[in-house]
Amino acid sequence: MYGALWRVLPGPWWVRVLILVVLAILAVTALVLWVFPWFDQFVAPTDSTVDGG
Amino acid sequence: MTLGHGEVMTRREARAAQTSGAPTGDSTPPRSPRERPRVSPIGVLGELFITAGVVVLLFIGWQQWFNDLVVGQQLHQEGIAQSQQWSAGTPDVAPAVEPSPDPPPVAARAGLTERFAWLIVPRFGDDYFRPIAEGTSTTTVLNRNNLGHYPDTTMPGEEGNFAIAAHRKAYGGNLEHIGELRAGDHIYVETPAGWYRYSFRNLEYVQPSGVGVLNAVPQTQLAADAQYITLTSCNPFFSTAERIIAYGVFDGWFPREGGAPDEIADTVRVG
Repeated sequence: MYGALWRVLPGPWWVRVLILVVLAILAVTALVLWVFPWFDQFVAPTDSTVDGG
Repeated sequence: MTLGHGEVMTRREARAAQTSGAPTGDSTPPRSPRERPRVSPIGVLGELFITAGVVVLLFIGWQQWFNDLVVGQQLHQEGIAQSQQWSAGTPDVAPAVEPSPDPPPVAARAGLTERFAWLIVPRFGDDYFRPIAEGTSTTTVLNRNNLGHYPDTTMPGEEGNFAIAAHRKAYGGNLEHIGELRAGDHIYVETPAGWYRYSFRNLEYVQPSGVGVLNAVPQTQLAADAQYITLTSCNPFFSTAERIIAYGVFDGWFPREGGAPDEIADTVRVG
């Protein structure tokens, strides 16, 4: 998968590295801005209150 | 065992002899990268698993650390805005050094999930300024970056116990540093009327069912006619096995007209 991506990318190795770094930054940004806040609601929260249970 | 001069093989010759491959008995031609299948299903599956693992680690880092920093800064700004809105209309005065000699007013009770006060604890940092909302619902109060007020406990200014809960980590991590409080540390609760100052007394660790910490007099050795604050959070970190409890005793009232308490003037930025 990543090997195929590497072969598909144009240019010399440093151009490919640059493109991959930019892609990685975009992916992480999308995760932090949208995916993680959305996913957060499904994670069992830690309970910090006292109750009779 | 010396070799004759003519029998010495240079490295290059040795390599050439090997790659010509005659004695290896391997009849398959040497594999070239081009003949490999470019994408194998197993390889893709493995890469997907590795990617998923990295994403999960990123999520944990985001939820437990990074996001608390971001949320903490946002809440500080929101707190300053709220504080300045409450102070609008009162003349700017220098920060107050001494509390007012008057008894504190009783804070108005808020509707469920409504933010009605802000917590300021210098021990937790200059930028620690966090909202307190009514109720302790996980989904509608605590997971919205608030500390939550136990509705069955009293309000600031009343005799009894003003008890609030918050997450130790994630959702702002509002009580992350609760264990670092030292006896005598000040805990401020800001309402539209001004600032209630409490003095931290001690920590206690209880079972999750330890509702005695919410009593009007939360510990037996305390005076019956005083005003207390109780903070509850989970303990240890990343666990819900126990609760960590911090107790404070009311020790001063700063009306808004008199200016913000000197100790927290840089945090609330009013006056």
